[in-house]
Amino acid sequence: MEYAISILLSGISVGGQYALIAIGYTMVYGILRLINFAHGDVFMVAGLMGIYFTSWLTSVMSPGAAVLCSLLLVIVMTVLLGFIIERVAYKPLRSAPRMSVMISAIGVSYLLQNTATYITGGQPMTYPSIPFLFDTVTVAGNNIKWAVLLTPVLVIILVLALTQLINRTKVGMAMRAVAKDFETSRLMGIKINSVISVTFVIGSALAAVGSILYFTNYQSIVPTAGAMPGLKAFVAAVFGGIGSVPGAVIGAFIIGICETIIKGLPSAWDVSVFSDAFTFALLIVILVFKPTGLFGEKATDKV
Amino acid sequence: MLEKKSKKGSVIALVCILVILGGVILLENVSMFMENVPEVLRPTSQLFTVLKKGAVYSLVAVSMNLLNGFTGLFSLGQAGFMLLGAYTYAILTVPMASKDQVYYLFGGSAVKFSLPDLFAGVLGAEGVGGAVSMVLGVLIAMILAGLVAAFFAWLIGMPVLRLKSDYLAIATLGFAEILRAIFQWQRLGPITNGANMIKNFPTFSSFNIENSAGETVLRLSTFVPFLVAALCIAIIVLLINSSYGRAFKAIREDEIAAEAMGINLSKHKQLSFCISSFFAGVGGALFAMYSANAQAKGFNSTLTYEILLIVVIGGIGSISGSVIATFAYVACSEWWLRFLDTPTTFQSESSRTMFIAALAVAGIAITALLLLRARKKKGGTGMMAAACIPAVVFVGYDIYYAMSGAMEVPFLRTGFRMVVFSVIIMIVVLFFRNGLMGTREISDLFKPKAKKEAAK
Repeated sequence: MEYAISILLSGISVGGQYALIAIGYTMVYGILRLINFAHGDVFMVAGLMGIYFTSWLTSVMSPGAAVLCSLLLVIVMTVLLGFIIERVAYKPLRSAPRMSVMISAIGVSYLLQNTATYITGGQPMTYPSIPFLFDTVTVAGNNIKWAVLLTPVLVIILVLALTQLINRTKVGMAMRAVAKDFETSRLMGIKINSVISVTFVIGSALAAVGSILYFTNYQSIVPTAGAMPGLKAFVAAVFGGIGSVPGAVIGAFIIGICETIIKGLPSAWDVSVFSDAFTFALLIVILVFKPTGLFGEKATDKV
Repeated sequence: MLEKKSKKGSVIALVCILVILGGVILLENVSMFMENVPEVLRPTSQLFTVLKKGAVYSLVAVSMNLLNGFTGLFSLGQAGFMLLGAYTYAILTVPMASKDQVYYLFGGSAVKFSLPDLFAGVLGAEGVGGAVSMVLGVLIAMILAGLVAAFFAWLIGMPVLRLKSDYLAIATLGFAEILRAIFQWQRLGPITNGANMIKNFPTFSSFNIENSAGETVLRLSTFVPFLVAALCIAIIVLLINSSYGRAFKAIREDEIAAEAMGINLSKHKQLSFCISSFFAGVGGALFAMYSANAQAKGFNSTLTYEILLIVVIGGIGSISGSVIATFAYVACSEWWLRFLDTPTTFQSESSRTMFIAALAVAGIAITALLLLRARKKKGGTGMMAAACIPAVVFVGYDIYYAMSGAMEVPFLRTGFRMVVFSVIIMIVVLFFRNGLMGTREISDLFKPKAKKEAAK
């Protein structure tokens, strides 16, 4: 029972971290129809920034303040990174075929990974232990990090705020309009480029928050650390119905929980190697039987 | 472009292939006849690594181009099919003698035969008989590698090929990841050796002909991948120029129109997917031979992305573009850019000054180019300002470096090669969107212009 609770809790927390990444995927896909392959690597870069900023700031101020400042700095810099990537790599290709943009995204992902390898020297880096988040608490006989408990709460708060933003504000309205019809919304006087930038900014900020929680949990960062969470978050976005924020979050929670359960099955069964494969099997099944996902809108092909 | 291929054209192409193959043999064996060959032509030179890897990758790139460029199906499963090919080849050709050593963790292999040994049992293991049985075994294992990949492609193609562009891409990517997990499963250890590598099977260097004293008399280790790749690429080219190929192109241009013209969409997509996977499987077998081991870990999505980038650089829809881009890509990553990975110091003050000047010029040149583009597009002041960033960064760093008085060449250390390389790739993707060749082939470059206009 205790074991089951610990698995469930860590599943929910992993799911929450995937959810934070998945929102970035789903919003970008909803607006640009682009699988932003670089998003997982932005997440990884945010993790690396956390390491470098903390070690840099602890030399100038007290440890507690340094961590807080570095976390804020990580979010700001990740947002900047997302913004720059969009402006440099995607904006010039706005009128190009969708495949070119996707290839550009793959190129950016390649660049980020290689730069990370260059800077870190390819060695796994250890994420700093953030006070409070890293402290453990005993729940039903299990020692659990605060980050694990806090993740779902934080995710729910952020998602509620985001849905309010999308449904109630002018920017949100513009986003929905652009997602519905690119050309028409442009004719209606919506500044497409700034709407897209806002989307990337939100996505990157959430990825930065996700990276703080995720890497507090799994402390080792290698340059390819973002690829697998990124792909899984994308699967979550497809599962929930791409373009839908609540769908992505629910999909992410389901995938996170299933994955942790598979990892936690008795080791005699030897199935933990399939925890990644399961996600993709789920993806193929979903794509074949319900391509629009759980909450996706039915798309109609125009001839 | 529905021009009829003339007989003369095919003869020229055949002659070209033969000349290239002959050239490869000659290049490889020059060091045998002549004492004082330059370092580049020695068997240990990077040149031959590049040629071997280039031949392997070019086959995979062309197979991907058949699917992505000619049929318009955006698939990212190439690494998965390569994995199937590599493992099929490796499992079937590990010699009986080294099975226990390779599979020592699982107490021997479940596959109780080895193709080269089977033939050796009939033809004899020594001399010509041994050589023939090795070649036969490798050949059959390679064909089986392709067939296994094609079978799995057929299996997964049935549900997946109905999906549209990015969904297809992500589904095939997922399929490749699933395969990778299955091949690492410990329960399948007696067949796949779990997460460990399979090795000791015949590789390219097994094809070098040795005399009875054990000295190499004729090197064929670069020729073999070239021969296989040339053969497979030739088959793909013939396919593309056939009625099937025209149907593929029609599907790429417009699915609905193609269907209206009586092309069976699902049948042709399935066909293209299977054929592409067949050759990816053969390419995987070659890749296993090139790297002398087969391990599931290496066949990840990065490999697929690498191949995809090659196809894009060469031009989506151009076979010769893919081949040229492969060799350029492999040469850059394995050979020409190697110097970027080793830290060096300037020999003299003047070369340091030269370097500083070159860096400044490069920064200003990039900005000038960007400014020109911004002017042409009337991008506004924001874009103009953004275009100045490279110059500011470069010159700023230049001044800092000149002031610091350090004599080391800046940046050079492990990993810098790949950074430069990915920057080059980004430049190609952003500014030369059609790649090297676009949809043209190399033969188009030699045709008189007037004829080309008439063909339209």
